[in-house]
Amino acid sequence: MRVPVIDRPRIATFLLFGLLALVPVYAGLFDQPFYLTLFARVMIFALAAVSLDLVLGFGGMVSFGHAAYLGVGAYAVGILAYHGVDSVLVRWSVAILASAAVALFIGSVSLRTSGMYFIMITLAFAQMLFYLAVSLKAYGGDDGLPIAQRGAIGPIDLNSSTQLYYLILVLLGLALALAHRIIGSRFGRALEGAKWNERRAVALGIAPYRYRLVAFVISGTICGLAGALLATLTSFVSPSYMAWTRSGEIIVMVVLGGMATLTGPIVGAIVLLVLEEILATITIHWMLILGPVLVLVVLFARRGLWGWIAGARHG
Amino acid sequence: MAEALLTVSGVIKRFGGIAASDGVDLSIARGECHAVIGPNGAGKTTLIAQVSGELRPDAGRIVFDGADVTHEPAPRRARSGLARSFQVTCLIPSFTAIENAALAIQARQGHSFRFWREARGDRSLNEPAMAALARVGLEGRANVPVGALAHGEQRALEIALALALEPRLLLLDEPMAGMGPSDAARMIALLDGLKGRVAMLLVEHDMDAVFRLADRISVLVYGKVIASGRPEDVRADAEVKRAYLGEAA
Ligand SMILES: Nc1ncnc2c1ncn2[C@@H]1O[C@H](COP(=O)(O)OP(=O)(O)O)[C@@H](O)[C@H]1O
Ligand SMILES: [Mg+2]
Repeated sequence: MRVPVIDRPRIATFLLFGLLALVPVYAGLFDQPFYLTLFARVMIFALAAVSLDLVLGFGGMVSFGHAAYLGVGAYAVGILAYHGVDSVLVRWSVAILASAAVALFIGSVSLRTSGMYFIMITLAFAQMLFYLAVSLKAYGGDDGLPIAQRGAIGPIDLNSSTQLYYLILVLLGLALALAHRIIGSRFGRALEGAKWNERRAVALGIAPYRYRLVAFVISGTICGLAGALLATLTSFVSPSYMAWTRSGEIIVMVVLGGMATLTGPIVGAIVLLVLEEILATITIHWMLILGPVLVLVVLFARRGLWGWIAGARHG
Repeated sequence: MAEALLTVSGVIKRFGGIAASDGVDLSIARGECHAVIGPNGAGKTTLIAQVSGELRPDAGRIVFDGADVTHEPAPRRARSGLARSFQVTCLIPSFTAIENAALAIQARQGHSFRFWREARGDRSLNEPAMAALARVGLEGRANVPVGALAHGEQRALEIALALALEPRLLLLDEPMAGMGPSDAARMIALLDGLKGRVAMLLVEHDMDAVFRLADRISVLVYGKVIASGRPEDVRADAEVKRAYLGEAA
């Protein structure tokens, strides 16, 4: 028997999306288009953070190179646009496929290691892609590559900030729903079981490598979509999208919001980027303030901010 | 007699200077309960780890049901009918009892590349998982997180997970470790009920249990089988008495 449960995490998630949906209204009312761009960016990073949570929170894989997929997705869009491919669907599809392929390659190599080595090897791959982008002089090298046209998908005109904003919101919602589905499935159980007790999973006949690799590819693919959205939003791509500090930021979003909670990383992305924005206007030493705040949250909120919002027990 | 279900021959495993397995020969017939006894550090757990595939022997062969599995990875051996329990309880701590059992069921049913359907409400997982719990008397504790189970219940769940795999050979590493007398009696009755239906390699220090359950006993000392035979023969063996039973009794 299945009774639909309206529980606290679910209500909190719907409230969160409700608030995000109101941002364009607020921005319009108070004539602050800046908020539209800020929160579109926030949601794109939230998408990247949710994707990282799949491998970090549920798979126990500390990928320190997720910015690589952001970069691959963004560059796919940028390079196609540069060569005159105007179809957004083609641009984004290529971005998704390219990031899936890169994640498959990086994952299949990195997952042969674990612990500190895994962290270092994922970082190393991301750095290689960073320097590859710097060396692509034809596509702007260090300076990056502007994108002339955001384009359109059917009736949705991406040059309209509001329409782009809502498209990103819908994609974030879909990705979150998909991630929930995956985590609740047999696949999710095998992945989580192997994270908590690999020895036991192996003794039951579950070979962790293949489940981790598939999770890694799903995660890289979603993160690649985030990269495509980022390139579309900013009409620009540059190697800085793949900087290792970017990978670090995505990890901070997940840990701050709450690992293995899926919605938590969205909260983490909002809090980190909005605080960054506010503190940066007050002082250039904003990291000195943000650092201790992060330490306190990690120390006092066991499952991050989301554990505190939604009650510690549920995801 | 038909071909043995499991044949371990000349298995050697060294850890640095110690030979934890020093040329172990052992065979288990279909349906047989074969106890392996020996003092701490004799290499019993190491032997189970090599049969289950967690460790690779340095030399020797392991044949299960006619197939050489010496170099087969552990997950594949589990899927082909070799299930083990651990001496130190080894469960998935964040899962409930039934979630642990359901994971065993889904592993037995094949690969877990199913991404959409919710596992929690899946009857094809929950019903056999519940049946596995019921076999060890845990049906009333299905939704309790593993961390909140009593020690005896955790030990029972260890066995339930192995049984959920419907193995042809159960590798039991001290299933009664740390149990009180009443839990131990329940475990003996449970294993007694399995006798004849599934072959067992039973490592156990509780001599009452061993002499009650075993069809054959092998005595392992310093990685070598020093005696093997029917329980009454092993009991009478002078060398065994000196090496082991003397100090245990
Ligand atoms: N992973 C390991 N690394 C090093 N030495 C080990 C390891 N596992 C077991 N040993 C050693 O091998 C010997 C046999 O251990 P074990 O198989 O656990 O014995 P038993 O289960 O009979 O008590 C012991 O001397 C133990 O210290
Ligand atoms: Mg042992």
